Amino acid sequence: MTTLDPSDLQAVWLTLKLASVSTFLLLLIATPLAWWLAHSKQWYKGMVAALVALPLVIPPTVLGFYLLLLMGPHGVVGDLTSALHLGRLPFTFAGLVVGSVLFSLPFAVQPIQNAFEAMGKRPLEVAATLRASAWDRFVSVALPLARPGFLTAIILAFAHTVGEFGVVLMLGGNIPGETRVLSVAIYNHVEAMEYSAAHWLAGGMVLFSFVVLLALYLAGGKSWKVAQ
Amino acid sequence: MSDIYVNLHIQLGDFTLSVVFDAPSRGVTALFGASGCGKTTLLRCIAGLEKAHGTLRVNSATWQNDTIFVPTHQRPLGYVFQEASLFPHLSVRANLEYGYKRIAPAERKVPLEQVVEWLGLSRLIERGDPAKLSGGERQRVAIGRALLTSPRILLMDEPLSALDSNSKQEILPYLERLHRELNIPVLYVSHALDEVARLADHLVLLEKGLVIASGTLQETIARLDLPLAHFDDAGAVIEATVAQHDEAYHLTRLDFPGGQLWVGKVEQPFGSIVRARVLARDVSIATQAPQGTSINNILNARIEEIRDEGPHKVMVRMQVGDSHTLLSRITRRSRDQLGLHAGMYVCAQVKSVALMS
Repeated sequence: MTTLDPSDLQAVWLTLKLASVSTFLLLLIATPLAWWLAHSKQWYKGMVAALVALPLVIPPTVLGFYLLLLMGPHGVVGDLTSALHLGRLPFTFAGLVVGSVLFSLPFAVQPIQNAFEAMGKRPLEVAATLRASAWDRFVSVALPLARPGFLTAIILAFAHTVGEFGVVLMLGGNIPGETRVLSVAIYNHVEAMEYSAAHWLAGGMVLFSFVVLLALYLAGGKSWKVAQ
Repeated sequence: MSDIYVNLHIQLGDFTLSVVFDAPSRGVTALFGASGCGKTTLLRCIAGLEKAHGTLRVNSATWQNDTIFVPTHQRPLGYVFQEASLFPHLSVRANLEYGYKRIAPAERKVPLEQVVEWLGLSRLIERGDPAKLSGGERQRVAIGRALLTSPRILLMDEPLSALDSNSKQEILPYLERLHRELNIPVLYVSHALDEVARLADHLVLLEKGLVIASGTLQETIARLDLPLAHFDDAGAVIEATVAQHDEAYHLTRLDFPGGQLWVGKVEQPFGSIVRARVLARDVSIATQAPQGTSINNILNARIEEIRDEGPHKVMVRMQVGDSHTLLSRITRRSRDQLGLHAGMYVCAQVKSVALMS
């Protein structure tokens, strides 16, 4: 009854892997960045904030195009990765990860930054008067209080990466098992008039997204109540 | 010999704070002034939450000078903010233990049970969510949390001002108890004269970012050249000893060098020290011992100073015994009719006395 072939399942697996790896890296990058944006008084803070937000407004194909040039044989990043014997990033899974992280950066940074800003300086000052060092304050007060922001960031970054198409196509092409993610596989099926297979993948994606969001909101709602 | 030495200067926007004063290493020092005078900023500078220039020494430890700036978390202080600011993600117990866990076990001089007992927290500590506590309960937990770091100084920033008057009445006895039992200095920021009269031993008066006076409470509160003695509820503070109970009339006699005061019966045992506040508006003056008066408390006093207060009132400062002061607010006409002047011996009639502890 199924019209899905093994390459489709491969695409599903690859998509989940890409989204997980990207979300994980995004949290590592976005947390310090959001902290800095929430607390810095540097004059160039506005510029950094604008750069982080840029992927919100530029078309994914434009971002993908420039990343392709940068990471390609004549690009600065391309030369660097070659010099480090890492090879070239375009048309590899690693390249997709780099593209996804940049593309989803504002979706991870902004909720975390908002959460850091919303708690204000007071809880951190209280912790300082209770002998907590800067790192201790961050871990024991700022992170737990920013939990709703982190939850939103995880949901948005994951979902955004799963749904990404433009950057992937420009940067990764359509290599099965390496860069052919779900959105590209759906596109292929539609091109080939295989609507049934496209339905399975697309419908599955809708269902999966809904279940993940529901689970996170339920879990988040509970923890939020305790926190308040 | 000064135990707390503050010499701090900071510019914040167009507000300048520039203060120099000493405070004793025992008892409560009130930082008193109208809102906007810089008292909260001063407390934040002492805690290291704002970076001022200058020198700060607490009990012979230098917290700040031209080359040293000890960060807040390394200063052995307790800080009680205006709002309790309990951590919402931690239980009441975890809030209390937050600072306690962060000091070396050898430094833990104040045990948890002691703080729980002092502040009446035994019922509260088993409650999980701090958001379910009342305002006064939250503030008590916050005070306990600060004390559990075994601080060498306690900084309190108007801890009562965010509370309604019921919660205030609920928490004041605990503060008085701390006042008696703690042997660390407390810097207490306030703009409420009655709180200061109740709790403080030493007073630092701030105005527009400057210290305009610093001295003992009894002296400073009654100085006619300072604004405190001209507040509506201006008055003198007298510390006296419980000397006699009159069971039949339900009265208690309080003795102090220079006289005695009869007040409504108090529960404290003989010999305990209580603090009484005598408002200037409750004291009248007679040039001879009055006959047939209903007033219980008549003290022999000597007029020290008289100052005009507006078109029809004057404030009279009197000395009772060797070291106690009384204030009396009378009309300018009474002053002239009685011919009152500095150096004159009079009878001060005290209509009512407010006991504060």
